Amino acid sequence: MPKKIELEVMINGQKQVYRGPAFKRLIDVLREDFALTGTKEGCGEGECGSCTVLLDGELVNSCLIPVCQAEGARVETIEALGTPTALDQLQTFFLTKGGAQCGICTPGMIMSAWVYVREGGGSDAASIREALAGNLCRCTGYQHIVESVIATVQASNRRTRKK
Amino acid sequence: MKVLRPHSVDDALELYERHPDAVPLAGGTDFMVAWNGGSENGRLILDLSALASWRRIRDTPSMLRLGALVTHWQLQQETLVKKKFPLLVDACATIGGRQIQSRGTLGGNIANASPAGDTFAPLAVYDARVRLRSAAGRRKLPFMDVFAGVKKTHLRPGELIELVELDFPKKPARQFFRKVGTRSASAISKTVAAGLLWLRRDGTVRELRFALGSMAPTVRRLYSVESFLLGKKPTPRVVKEAVALLEADVDPIDDLRSTRFYRMEVSRNLLRAFLRSGS
Ligand SMILES: Cc1cc2nc3c(=O)[nH]c(=O)nc-3n(C[C@H](O)[C@H](O)[C@H](O)COP(=O)(O)OP(=O)(O)OC[C@H]3O[C@@H](n4cnc5c(N)ncnc54)[C@H](O)[C@@H]3O)c2cc1C
Ligand code: FES
Ligand code: FES
Repeated sequence: MPKKIELEVMINGQKQVYRGPAFKRLIDVLREDFALTGTKEGCGEGECGSCTVLLDGELVNSCLIPVCQAEGARVETIEALGTPTALDQLQTFFLTKGGAQCGICTPGMIMSAWVYVREGGGSDAASIREALAGNLCRCTGYQHIVESVIATVQASNRRTRKK
Repeated sequence: MKVLRPHSVDDALELYERHPDAVPLAGGTDFMVAWNGGSENGRLILDLSALASWRRIRDTPSMLRLGALVTHWQLQQETLVKKKFPLLVDACATIGGRQIQSRGTLGGNIANASPAGDTFAPLAVYDARVRLRSAAGRRKLPFMDVFAGVKKTHLRPGELIELVELDFPKKPARQFFRKVGTRSASAISKTVAAGLLWLRRDGTVRELRFALGSMAPTVRRLYSVESFLLGKKPTPRVVKEAVALLEADVDPIDDLRSTRFYRMEVSRNLLRAFLRSGS
């Protein structure tokens, strides 16, 4: 019944070992123990989605997950997409279409959008808004975010048609 | 914070018997909010999330068994659930955003016993049974007998929710789910309604089940309304009389989310909408 634990977790494709309190929140572990500060904290109450990451492929709020529940799991964060010098397509469109302003909601928003695009979501605004319903933004009024996702879906449709 | 993380059901039950003060933890979407708020510091945690067998949905010829750790997202993906229990699927689709749905569990929703638990009205009209387990053995409760009040259940010390049983219903003539809230993804509901109706060939009511959630401290089945309508045709006059009986079945709460008057009015409208749908 230890307070401190040691566990393995696969973060962005790399096996990592965590040593520390069993009940530290995943968001704090990512930011403090593994220096992955892309994931942001908005509310700390599960409402805003800015802390969204993938846990074994499922979208989750990392502020609601104690690290002990990530034992042996795969975690993917915003750092799994592009790098500052080689942005992923979603990141590029969030930049060029004004989908990001202050940036606090952006990493979480992009994680949800990433899953939406990956699951073959279409370019209709209503479906996109529903897929992003767990992510709140105080700056953009959402329209530019929706347009960034539409642009990504259209671009990836063009790519698959060319193949 | 100390955490117990059993990997088998037997270990979980034995640990819970030895530590009845421990807090079971499933998806954490209720508990972690309270913990982040600082109100649960120093508690001993019994983390259930490694009990893989409780994540499964299984069917028998007559029923579906939903493990306590089945998530709201999982329920929406499962063909048999969609086909036979669409009201439960509708309810799960309204619970928070996708991040909450892929983490929040059916067992956690029930054990938390919030007056605003959105799966409750569907589970009430499907006549669900809840199977409980402790080191001492198993027992089964009709869903309506699980709740003792706001945030209170009749679970005994050392007892966990193992699964929820749902008998396959005969295809209903009408089915109905509505959630009246303020903002769809994260609002706690003001009123939730679920209804099932079976008609005889002559158009009279063979069976009716209607439940309201978020109205009273616990979910309510409208037993007076249901028995009044048996054998009657739901004509406008009969519907009016049925709606007037609603007050006998529910005693709505006044709280920060809504007033008693508003809830009563919404409930009457929901019952009317259900009884008139399809006619
Ligand atoms: C942003 C947000 C929005 C939400 N929106 C909704 C909504 O619209 N509708 C709604 O109904 N709920 C909503 N919820 C609440 C919550 O998501 C659900 O109640 C969820 O089903 C809880 O399940 P869980 O596994 O996360 O529970 P946990 O937090 O893990 O546990 C909840 C409680 O149940 C107990 N428990 C859990 N599993 C068991 C078990 N097997 N046996 C015995 N006790 C057990 C725990 O000890 C704890 O007291 C929301 C929560 C958040 C943060
Ligand atoms: S910080 Fe996790 S949901 Fe807001
Ligand atoms: S860009 Fe500021 S919260 Fe969304």
